[in-house]
Amino acid sequence: MKYLKLSLFVLIVVTAFAFTVNHTSKNSTSNSYKIGDIAKDFLLKNIDEKMVSMADYKDAKGFILIFTCNTCPYSVANEDRIIALDKKYKDKGYPVIAINPNNPKTQPGDSFELMQQRAKDKGFTFPYLLDEGQHVYPTYGATKTPHVFILQKETEGLKVKYIGAIDDSSRNPATVKVKYVENAVDALLAAKSVEITETRAIGCSIKT
Amino acid sequence: MKRLIIILLAITSLSSCSKKGENSNTTEATFTIYNFEELKPVLEPKDDATYIVNFWATWCKPCIEELPIFQEIHDEYSSKNVKVILVSLDFPEKIETQLKPFIAEYELTPRVILLNDPHENEWIPKIDPEWSGALPATLIYTKNKRAFYEQSFTKEALLEELKKFTKL
Repeated sequence: MKYLKLSLFVLIVVTAFAFTVNHTSKNSTSNSYKIGDIAKDFLLKNIDEKMVSMADYKDAKGFILIFTCNTCPYSVANEDRIIALDKKYKDKGYPVIAINPNNPKTQPGDSFELMQQRAKDKGFTFPYLLDEGQHVYPTYGATKTPHVFILQKETEGLKVKYIGAIDDSSRNPATVKVKYVENAVDALLAAKSVEITETRAIGCSIKT
Repeated sequence: MKRLIIILLAITSLSSCSKKGENSNTTEATFTIYNFEELKPVLEPKDDATYIVNFWATWCKPCIEELPIFQEIHDEYSSKNVKVILVSLDFPEKIETQLKPFIAEYELTPRVILLNDPHENEWIPKIDPEWSGALPATLIYTKNKRAFYEQSFTKEALLEELKKFTKL
């Protein structure tokens, strides 16, 4: 019975999932950050109830900022890859910060409580913040989950160095040929310029 | 996890059994699995027909909401040489649990293709350079004309567009 309940829950979560094109995301595309722009910091609530901003990370060289969520099948398909990125780059100065941009009223599976649950179940090693009021994702011009922004700390502020997908095979980690995010962070760590700075983020539209 | 899969399969087969019981005409869910190279010819002009290619997935709510419209267009305009093709972007591991039961439940009769090609950054711009990859999306084309729509359709709006391609 427990398994039946669980499997029904999985079915419901999967089928309740929605993927929409909306005007907000379309409009925000034109205002979105471009490579070389200075990104704005934020103050958002983490799953541990504490408020997080990038200014808290005094020792960081930059950030792997990822807009992602619980419900999108592409986000789920990338969870292990996001954990691996944080494990690989946190100590090198580029920690992952994940932000759920979806409106939980539209997408109940992305509520703060279910974010806490998901992070616990998957053992997230990074902050998982809720974009309460949905002000942060439009500032960045994120349109999808998952959607990655790599920022580097410079004298003028946090400079946008890469925007797009984690790698070239969003739905299947076994068929990855090019690891966009790893290549970009490796280049930054080696003080080289990032070769591929923009890719198409593959995933679900952000729910408003 | 193994037990979960077995239960999911059991639910699926139970529901399809009962479906068959109710309706003896229900056929098996038929669809083909293509990578992008295999799909490409489907998206290219070949004859005098007007093609409507709808990109969808069972997990995409607005897609499911507009899917009956594409079924209706298929039913009503096949005789006018309008061909509807439904290209599913469901994940390959969801074929048994999601796609097959869905095709059976909705009794979809247009041609269904599952596009199983993980390298979206390569094929999305080849379908349309402006496409962000969001669903639903629809391609309409004839020998002479081609248009891509990253949006949902009402039946009226779809017929309006279709009239730009062919006499209905």
